[in-house]
Amino acid sequence: MTANGWFQILLFFGLVLLVTKPLGKFITRVFSRERTLLDPVLRPLERLIYRLSWVDENHEMGWKEYCISMLLFSAISMLVLYGLERLQGFLPLNPQKFGAVNSPALAFNTAASFTTNTNWQNYAGETTMSYVTQMAGLAYHNFMSAAVGIVLAIAFIRGIARRQMKTIGNFWVDLVRCNLWVLLPVCMVGALVLVSQGVVQNLKPYDTAKLIEPIQVPRVGTDGKPILDAQGKQAMDTVTEQVIAQGPVASQEIIKEFGTNGGGFFNANSSHPFENPTPLSNMLELVAIFSLGSALTYTLGQMTGSQRHGWAVWAAMAILFFSGVAVAYWAEARGNTLLAGTDQKGSLTQPGGNMEGKEVRFGIANSALWATVTTDTSCGAINSWHDSFTPIGGLVPLANVMLSEVVFGGVGSGMYGMLVYIVIAVFIAGLMVGRTPEYLGKKIEAYDVKMAMLVVLVFPLVILVFSAISAAFNFGTSSILNPGPHGLSEILYSFTSQAGNNGSAFAGLTTNTPWYNIAGAMTMLIGRFLMIIPVLAIAGNLAEKKYVPPSLGTFPVTTPLFTVLLIGVILIIGALTFFPGLSLGPILEHLLMMAGKAF
Amino acid sequence: MKKNLWISIAMTVVTTVLLGLIYPLVVTGLAQMLFPHKANGQLVVKNGKVIGSKIIGQGFSGPGYFHSRPSAAGNGYDAANSGGSNLGPTNQKLLNRVKTVVASAQAANPAVSVPIDMVTTSASGLDPHITPANAEFQLSRVAKARAISVEQVQAVVSKHTEGRQFGILGEPRINVLELNLDLDRQFPVTLPKP
Repeated sequence: MTANGWFQILLFFGLVLLVTKPLGKFITRVFSRERTLLDPVLRPLERLIYRLSWVDENHEMGWKEYCISMLLFSAISMLVLYGLERLQGFLPLNPQKFGAVNSPALAFNTAASFTTNTNWQNYAGETTMSYVTQMAGLAYHNFMSAAVGIVLAIAFIRGIARRQMKTIGNFWVDLVRCNLWVLLPVCMVGALVLVSQGVVQNLKPYDTAKLIEPIQVPRVGTDGKPILDAQGKQAMDTVTEQVIAQGPVASQEIIKEFGTNGGGFFNANSSHPFENPTPLSNMLELVAIFSLGSALTYTLGQMTGSQRHGWAVWAAMAILFFSGVAVAYWAEARGNTLLAGTDQKGSLTQPGGNMEGKEVRFGIANSALWATVTTDTSCGAINSWHDSFTPIGGLVPLANVMLSEVVFGGVGSGMYGMLVYIVIAVFIAGLMVGRTPEYLGKKIEAYDVKMAMLVVLVFPLVILVFSAISAAFNFGTSSILNPGPHGLSEILYSFTSQAGNNGSAFAGLTTNTPWYNIAGAMTMLIGRFLMIIPVLAIAGNLAEKKYVPPSLGTFPVTTPLFTVLLIGVILIIGALTFFPGLSLGPILEHLLMMAGKAF
Repeated sequence: MKKNLWISIAMTVVTTVLLGLIYPLVVTGLAQMLFPHKANGQLVVKNGKVIGSKIIGQGFSGPGYFHSRPSAAGNGYDAANSGGSNLGPTNQKLLNRVKTVVASAQAANPAVSVPIDMVTTSASGLDPHITPANAEFQLSRVAKARAISVEQVQAVVSKHTEGRQFGILGEPRINVLELNLDLDRQFPVTLPKP
C-alpha cells in the first residue's frame, strides 16, 4: 500500500461526498415535481411522451397498481430485448454481420440479466452483439432498470413520508422524470467527457491493423485445446493482423456506471482501453457508480424531513465502504506468495502486488478500489478480474454482495435494501427496550417486519440452494476453471452476484451452459422481483399509517448509536448466513496459500 | 391493469426510440464532431496503412523490441476478443505459466527478480502499457539487439515514460507501441524476416 494509493481513494470519496448534497436535492425536486432549470427543454418532451403513451400524469397509484405497472413494463421490455437479440441478424447497424444470439437460453439469460439491472454476461460483447442490440437493447435497459430501481426507492421514501394516504405516486411519471431529468442529462455530458479521454464512439466496422511485428501464437482447436504438429510439439500460427473492435461505447459506458448496471460493451468490460482508457476516465467512472446511491441518502433525509437521519445512514455506508477497500487493497498489494522469482514489491517504478488480471495504468490501488465500489453497489462492472484476486482480496467483493449491496448500493435498490435493514434494526431496538418500534413517526408492526424478513430470507435462500446444487452435480462442477477451494468460490460468487443483481463474476466459471443460463436467469428474476414486491408492500402499508410524534421511548435514528446498530444488523445477518460458505471458499484457500499449497 | 398493459407497450416503444436510438446517435454525432480522432480509436497510420491503435496493445517478441505483457485475449492481443486469464492465485496452471516466463526472462538477466507485470496477463489482454521497472529490465537486451548503448535506449524510454495523470491519478507507465515505433525511427535495424 502506498500513500499515493490511499490519497487516490480519499480523493475519490471526497468527490462522491461533494456531489451527494446537490444531486440529492435535485432528485427531491424532480420527484416532487418542482421547477428545475431543465424544465424549458424537458417539460415539452415529457408531455409528448405522456401523450404518445396515454399516461395521465395527474393519476396517483396505490402500491399494488404501482407494482403491477412496474412488473408489466419489465415483462414487456424484457420480451423486446429477447426479440432484438434473436432478430439482430435482420436489423441494421450490424457491420460485423452477427447472427442471432445463440442459444435461446443465452438470449433469455441476457434479457433477464439486463432487465433486472444485473448485467451478468454469458457472452462476449464484441463477438456476439450488433450495434443496434447494444444501443437499443442493452444500453436502453441500462437506463430503464436503473430508473425502475430509483423510482421504487422514491416510492418507499414517500411511504414513510406520507400520512394516512392510500397512494405512493405514479409509476409512469416517476419513470419518465427519472430518465429525462436525472439520467439523460448526466449521460449526455458524461459520455462526451469519456470520449475526450479516448473511449470510442462510432458505428463503423472493426478496423484491421497490420502488425508492426508478426507474432507467433499457439494454434488451438474449436474446443480451445492446443493442437500438436507432426513432431508432437505445439503447432504455431503466424499472425500478421490485429482486428480492432469498435462501436458506440461511450454512450453505453456512462449509463452502465451511473445506473450501476455494469454490463461491458466488450468482454473485458471497464478494463478494456476503449472503455476506460486513462486514470481520469477511471476516476470519473468510479464516482459515477457511487454518486446516485450516495445522493439518495440525502433525498431520504430531505423527503422525510430528517436530514440527520439521512446522514446517519450515509455514515453507516461510508464505514462499510472503507472497511472493504482497506482489506482488498492490503491483500492485493501484498501479492501472491506462490510466485517465485518475481518482484512484487511496490516501488517508484512499479505498483507491485498481484498484477494477474490487472492493468498497468490502474495498478493495485485503483483495481482494489474498483472491485470494492462495484460490489458495494450492484454495478458489477470490472477493471480487473476478481477471479485472479488473492483469496482475501476476492473475499471482499464476494462479501460485499452478500451484504445485499447496501453500501451506497445499486441505484435505488441499495436505498430500499437499506430501508429494509433499517426496519429490522429499529424492530430489534424496540425489542430491546420492550416498546413498539417506530421509524420516523411511523409504528413498525408485524406486517412490516414480516415483509422485511421475507426480503432478507429470499436472498440467501436462492443463493445457497442453487450453489449447493451446482457444487453437488457434474453439470455444475464441470464449469469450474480453478480447482480446489477456489472452484467453490466461483460457484458461490456466481449465484450471489446474480441474486444480488450485481453481475460481476469469478469469470473463470463457464456459465454459458443450459444449467447456468436457466438457473442464473431464475436467480436474477427472483433476486429482483421477489425483493421488490414486499418492499412496495411495506411502502404502501407505511403510507396509510398515522403519524406518531416521537416520545421519550422512541429510539432515535439520527445518532451515531443508530449508525452502529445498523452496521451491526447488516453484519450479523450477513455473517450468520454466509460464514460457512466463505470458510470453505476464500478463507480456506487463503490458509492453504499461506501454507504454500497450489491445485 | 389493461390500461397499464397498453401503456407498457407504448412506453417501451417511445422510450426505446428516445434512449436507445436518438441518444446514442446524438452522442455519436457530437463525438465525431468534437473528438474525431479519439472517437475512432486513435488509430496509428504509417505509409497510409493502419498499423494499430495507440491505446490497444500489440504483441512483440523480437529481441530489438520492448515486449508487451503476456496476453490472454484470444490467442494473444486479439483486439476483437478481449479478456483475462481468470486463473486463480492457487491454480497450478498460473504458477507453471509464470515459472516459464520467469525462466526465459532471467536468461538475459540471471538471478534478478522479474517485475510482476512482465509475467502476468492483464485484465483486457490488450494492456498498451508496461511499468518503468519492466522497461528497465529489458533495456540491455534491446540495446544489444540494436547495437546501441544502454543510455541511448534509456533516453528513448524516459521520453515515453508517462507519470501519473495530473501527478496523482493512476500509475507511471510506458506505452509499448509508441516506444517501439520511436526506437525504429531513431535506431532502425533490419530485423530478420520470420
